[in-house]
Amino acid sequence: MRWIWIDRFIEFESGSHAKAIKNITLAEEHLHDHFPGFAVMPGSLMIEGMAQTGGILLGETNQFEQIVILAKVPNVSFHSWACPGDTLTYTAKLTDVREEGGVVQCVAHVGDRLVAEAELIFVHLDRDDPELGAIDQKSFVFSTNLLSVLDVGRAGDGSAPSRLAG
Amino acid sequence: MPTTEEIYVKVRETLVDALGVDDDEVTAEATLGGDLGAESIDFLDIVFRLEKNFSVKIPRGELFPENLAAADSSFVEDGMVTESGIAELRQRLPHADIDTLAANPKVENIPDLFTVQMIVNFVESKLADEG
Repeated sequence: MRWIWIDRFIEFESGSHAKAIKNITLAEEHLHDHFPGFAVMPGSLMIEGMAQTGGILLGETNQFEQIVILAKVPNVSFHSWACPGDTLTYTAKLTDVREEGGVVQCVAHVGDRLVAEAELIFVHLDRDDPELGAIDQKSFVFSTNLLSVLDVGRAGDGSAPSRLAG
Repeated sequence: MPTTEEIYVKVRETLVDALGVDDDEVTAEATLGGDLGAESIDFLDIVFRLEKNFSVKIPRGELFPENLAAADSSFVEDGMVTESGIAELRQRLPHADIDTLAANPKVENIPDLFTVQMIVNFVESKLADEG
């Protein structure tokens, strides 16, 4: 399994906002334990999905030159839940970008229903920082793998004959 | 230009939001780390919020300088801040109560310079500069 908690971007306005979706499925192992008989997407993973949406939005402002990590979640509220079969839409707005990092306001919806909202603070790390080696790679908001989510959709929607089909 | 009291009230709101502390914990003398439990990332959060709440620009390191004690090896000797270190602190943290530190210049007392009052002083001079 890959640590990728968004499926694709459906909107991306550089330096402003982005929308990403996450389709929830019972193929996800953890939903069978969270909870038995009542499968709901864990709130912590929704925060991760919002952080990946917002982290890529922030990282893109400087062409991913700096490493972006989620540093603090000052506020988060859950208003509802999301189940297998639901599509979560994460909408992230960049409210502050500085040399040291940035702030993102994010909301999660299933259809029109508000599921969660959060404020996320990210910091920039210098790739040349000698202390970087001590940092857990898993905490990085984006990595080569995560950025592959930006490629999703390039295959098209199947309505046009692809080069391979011919 | 807001009064000192108005600035204090807004600084208190800022710290309540950033640190999740209660109003009454945010006294003028409260230290950010020791009394209010601020960790390194919280200092960045505080700067973000101060900028927004007071509509000012706070360049990196201006309110919370980095690597204070490590900047020069002559600033610290046997766990005590030297006279040149105190002079440096007066320059880099003009809004902090350096006199109290000078009376007991242990290195571990440096974080106590970061008080609520220091932020109020900083914002007040910042707003005055921007006129």
